Amino acid sequence: MTNESGFSLSVNGRSRSVVDALPGESLLFVLRERLGLAGSKNACEEGECGSCTVRLDDETVCSCLVLAEAAAGRQVMTIEGLGSEGDLSDVQQAFLDAGAVQCGFCTPGLLMAIDALLENDPDPDDLTVREAISGNLCRCTGYGRILDAVDRAAEARQAEATP
Amino acid sequence: MPVTIAISIDDACASLDAHPGALVLAGGTDLMVEVNRGVRRIDHVVAVDRIPELRGWSIEGDHDPVHGQVLRLGAGTTCADLAEPALASLVPALAQAARTVGSPQIRNAATLGGNLATASPAGDTLPVLAALDAEVELRSTDGTRRLPLDEFVTGVKANALNPGELITAIRVRVLDGPQEFLKVGTRNAMVIAVTSLALVVDRPGRTVRVALGSVAPVPLRATEAEVLMAERLDFEGLTTPEPELVNRFSELVADAARPIDDHRSSAAYRTHAVGVLARRAILRAFSGPVPEPA
Repeated sequence: MTNESGFSLSVNGRSRSVVDALPGESLLFVLRERLGLAGSKNACEEGECGSCTVRLDDETVCSCLVLAEAAAGRQVMTIEGLGSEGDLSDVQQAFLDAGAVQCGFCTPGLLMAIDALLENDPDPDDLTVREAISGNLCRCTGYGRILDAVDRAAEARQAEATP
Repeated sequence: MPVTIAISIDDACASLDAHPGALVLAGGTDLMVEVNRGVRRIDHVVAVDRIPELRGWSIEGDHDPVHGQVLRLGAGTTCADLAEPALASLVPALAQAARTVGSPQIRNAATLGGNLATASPAGDTLPVLAALDAEVELRSTDGTRRLPLDEFVTGVKANALNPGELITAIRVRVLDGPQEFLKVGTRNAMVIAVTSLALVVDRPGRTVRVALGSVAPVPLRATEAEVLMAERLDFEGLTTPEPELVNRFSELVADAARPIDDHRSSAAYRTHAVGVLARRAILRAFSGPVPEPA
């Protein structure tokens, strides 16, 4: 049974209509498979790994645990909305500079989590950073460089904020 | 359309009536795991995460120096909301428990009502609600009823919700006294409790209330341990109890546990751990003397 009437989602500021979704499809599935936004990654599908992290009405959530149709009318921001090739966000640039990317699978989720962290706390201490990314698993053991990237991004954002 | 996005409690109750067997979707952090795994089929869903009446909290009634004020928490209050300082100062153990749930992403979505509806033996807020003698407020098109927590949670992932009923709020007393929530798991973040313990102190009422999680199908109160401590503790000064009393308290709490062996832990370890948590909690709560008010 498909949902014939469809529904629409607001993704990265654009209204996108979803016409062919099956009941029960997660926001992650719809983003990747129906809207062609493959930046959010699918690994655990139970909220454990954080690689599907998006912002829903500004708050970070696991998109695999959001029922796509129930997100109609809310603002979704994905990694594709954070920056793009040639126009990277400060956190993305910091990850490149720090070499915080190995296989890259956890990276989109971490970028979303860290971007949200720095928005709420421009100068987080180490414990706050670790807490903020506790829901994002990196299995290439790259945490040292990820923490380094957070420091670099925080510095860049503060420098940007002070004229 | 298989999804109703309810905008009010009345709207949600009407939808639940109109679609018998519909699933209530709050934060989705439990329900969607089952949907993703294919063990839960979606016919109709009533989404309740955009009902303003369900989010937020209030203090009800006049100040009562003996029993404390009543805090009414909307069922849609998220774990992130519970950890905010204003709420954490009213029910510290609930905030501590909420902070141990999942990750920031999970806490932004997961709700207090959802934790109750799932009624998992490992539900982190449940021992705290049991220790606080919480009341669960339920609404349907037939009206409102309130149930004490121990009548609401009836077994492993089982509760007293009738068809068409929605959890709308949780009521607890704001107590004068220290509170602790402690949890044992395999690591600090993102962990399901192997065992947990909530301890709340009611200084004017001269009681300590202790509830255990993950050691029985439902949250358990350690009644004998509570009776012992009510007679022996210094509720004015909160001075540290004698080691012999702490030992006895720890034993009685461990005796109250009814754990099983499962993939997360052995029953023997759970019994041991809950005794350790009891000792830790009582020593943290009673670490006085309390300084005189300035």
